[in-house]
Amino acid sequence: MSSDAITIPGVGLQENPWVDTLHQWITTVDHKRLGILYIVYALVFLLLGGVEAAIIRIQLMHSHNDFVSPQVFNRMFTMHGTTMIFFVAMPILFGFANYLVPLMIGARDMAFPRLNAFSFWLSAFGGLLLYFSFLGGSGLYGAGNAPDVGWWAYAPLTARAFSQGHSSDYWTLALLVSGFGSIGTSINIVATILCLRCPGMKLNRMPLLAWLNLVMSGMVLIVITPLSAAQLMLLVDRYLGGHFFDAQAGGSAVLWMHFFWIFGHPEVYVLIIPCFAFMSEIIPVFSRKPIFGYPVMVAATVCIGFVSMSVWAHHMFTVGMNSYANSFFAITSMLVGIPTGIKIFNWIGTMWGGRIRFTTAMLFSVAFLFQFLISGLTGIMLASAPFDWQLSLSYFVVAHFHYVIVGGILFAIFAAFYYWYPKMTGRMLSERLGKWHFWLFVIGFHMTFDVMHVPGLLGMPRRIYTYEPGRGWDTLNLIVSIGAFIQAIAILVFLWNLVSSYFTGTKAGNDPWDAWTLEWSTSSPPPPYNFRTVPVVESRRPLWDLKHPEDPDSQYE
Amino acid sequence: MWRSVVLLSCCITTAAAAKPSSTSGTNIFAPESTPARSIFHLSVFVLAITGIIFAVVFTLLVYSISKFRARSANEDREPAQVYGSTQIELAWTIIPMLIVVVLFLATARVLHAVQEAPMPANAVEVTVIGHQFWWEYRYPQLGVVTANELHVPVSDPTHPTPTFLELLSADTDHSFWVPELAGKTDLIPNHPNRMWIDPERTGTFVGQCAQFCGTQHAKMLLRVSVDTPEEFAEWARKQRLPAVADERVAAGKRVFETTACINCHSIHGTVANGHFGPDLTHLMSRTTLAAGAALNTPENLRLWIQNPDAIKRGSLMPAMKLSDSDLDALVEYLETLR
Repeated sequence: MSSDAITIPGVGLQENPWVDTLHQWITTVDHKRLGILYIVYALVFLLLGGVEAAIIRIQLMHSHNDFVSPQVFNRMFTMHGTTMIFFVAMPILFGFANYLVPLMIGARDMAFPRLNAFSFWLSAFGGLLLYFSFLGGSGLYGAGNAPDVGWWAYAPLTARAFSQGHSSDYWTLALLVSGFGSIGTSINIVATILCLRCPGMKLNRMPLLAWLNLVMSGMVLIVITPLSAAQLMLLVDRYLGGHFFDAQAGGSAVLWMHFFWIFGHPEVYVLIIPCFAFMSEIIPVFSRKPIFGYPVMVAATVCIGFVSMSVWAHHMFTVGMNSYANSFFAITSMLVGIPTGIKIFNWIGTMWGGRIRFTTAMLFSVAFLFQFLISGLTGIMLASAPFDWQLSLSYFVVAHFHYVIVGGILFAIFAAFYYWYPKMTGRMLSERLGKWHFWLFVIGFHMTFDVMHVPGLLGMPRRIYTYEPGRGWDTLNLIVSIGAFIQAIAILVFLWNLVSSYFTGTKAGNDPWDAWTLEWSTSSPPPPYNFRTVPVVESRRPLWDLKHPEDPDSQYE
Repeated sequence: MWRSVVLLSCCITTAAAAKPSSTSGTNIFAPESTPARSIFHLSVFVLAITGIIFAVVFTLLVYSISKFRARSANEDREPAQVYGSTQIELAWTIIPMLIVVVLFLATARVLHAVQEAPMPANAVEVTVIGHQFWWEYRYPQLGVVTANELHVPVSDPTHPTPTFLELLSADTDHSFWVPELAGKTDLIPNHPNRMWIDPERTGTFVGQCAQFCGTQHAKMLLRVSVDTPEEFAEWARKQRLPAVADERVAAGKRVFETTACINCHSIHGTVANGHFGPDLTHLMSRTTLAAGAALNTPENLRLWIQNPDAIKRGSLMPAMKLSDSDLDALVEYLETLR
């Protein structure tokens, strides 16, 4: 407690500093603390989701394995998917956005600090609800349970007839509650960026990270809505005798698919766009050049935002839409490749002619580029609807989207950790452990997800708890599983790095990377309210202007 | 990174090298039917284009990270600050657009050819009904009802006799996928779908349910037996007959007719007319039990009746808990249902 607090006689708050600190963190409305809370919370769920993945991979190591029962396996893949998307990727990216956006646009906090705290605690409560289902999913009469309907929860598997007990309800409510949290955070990010930019920071001078988070938040506002609506409809079906998705009573299972994927596909872009944002900050700094084609990067992002809203039914090519609908969703899905391609080219353009420093953050960024390229190309294959009739629902798709989510999103998040950890804690992450983390993770990743494409091509469907011997899937699955364990070791190295560097890492100073955006102009970690005096900027790289008064960016605008 | 390319090409070469045996694999690059073959040709084209894109961008990336890495010679100097180039950016916008147009046209062509194929008059029609966790097949033209093992006539490319499948579901979503015959199509309740196959050689083709449908999704396996026209006609004729009535197994028949078996199963010519489980009239004409989870042997049949969880945990077949003598009699009876 600060020294100038009012002391009330008899109330001994100061007697226990530990409780005091905890109290400060729980009641905080500071965007930096909330950002860190989001990130730590997501890391906890990353471990939970990782354990679930490990159980899945042990079970699939060879054919007819019986490490877990089919019921447990189905819960594991449902919980793994739901956890990783809603309670790892979303909160960790919101955490970085929360932390970085105000700092990078020269603001002292988010526009609505209390809404910010409310949103975080809603999301956190959502995660707890989901995991409480392990205890309460069957009601209190039986052993534990958890949702087992897959993370898309296709109707009518979620109807009372097929999903008894309350596991599906926990799933529904968890997503509903955390969805409201996401909406709150998105409103906050949009308002902050539109209203709280420091003097001189016109929209076209904003760091790309702010631009991309603006687009991401706008998308969240649009796409969480149908998801929440669908969850409410599902609850009505389950408890009030509704028939939205109840095919036996004339409802439509396909309707649920549309609702889910009109959220579900843009969601991928909601997750990857903040990762593009990390790349667009990290690659220039370590290439020692400004981002190549800033206006095109912004335009491409906005374009991705719009086009990604019209591609959702490419998840439904096997559902039996007519050939015109299939053609429409094939072309829109391919079109997304154009702005995404522009981005990859512009990042290469940024590195071209630069002087690249291969710090761990940059290594993860370069790996991101390679892996995102490949996942984009397998995405083109999936967009080709007839090809998708073979690939969809197979392990090829599983490999494809893990390539996006792990090879793209997670690698970018690791890069962001190595890049901004010094700002958040005041200490550098160990580069030695970082290199171990990087190489172990790259090897494990490629062992797992490169190989995983093949059983899909050989006809292995996803979500099967076991498979028949003699189909040529055994060896491949064993390699995939071994790779998964190498990744798990890499994650432990990373977590150890996070913890040990916090205590023993070298002091970072304000600007360890010789970077150019405003967050590096303040101390590490930044003081409450970030800036003693509100900065004034004259170009996209205010710190470049300071460091190179003879050749400031502002003279090229 | 490069490994995926190698793997993809490996996969295609394995497919090309694999010689057809009587029981097929499940390789999407070894098509034996027109829809699968059209998809295969399209996939080779798409793989070629994406392969070229990969090679170009990969080269650019590798070149830039090796050529432009920081060296001690230039460490303290900032490189030239380049902000962009309209011409170059236009180039890498327009070229991908052209590629997308080409890819889309190729895609649309196959899409329409497969999806809009008209049904010829001589086509065999089958209604496929997905159940948790087995397949029901009804041949309305032939008056045949069977389960799990689909029989279709082989199709001579010069005089095709394709089989058209109408896909329905009795409960949750399923997906019919026999990779070497066609892409998959979902079976969705209240949403009839259609697909077709015209296998060009005889033999058994395997696949399985591809859309998660509940606990035993993994053991909802598929077998398609492609017969010569004569074999197929003979099979259909036998399937139409009522069940064999053999006095020697009257005891087992009585067990069947007086227990819960008849609630779910039908045997043509007896009182059993349940529809929840597979039709057993010609059970012994099938090579597998429990939607392909076990071979159709007397031991497996006995186990399946007494303790289905031992074969397929979580299936909807209840454990019948019969006495040993009843069980023996019942298995003996079922073994006569040729």
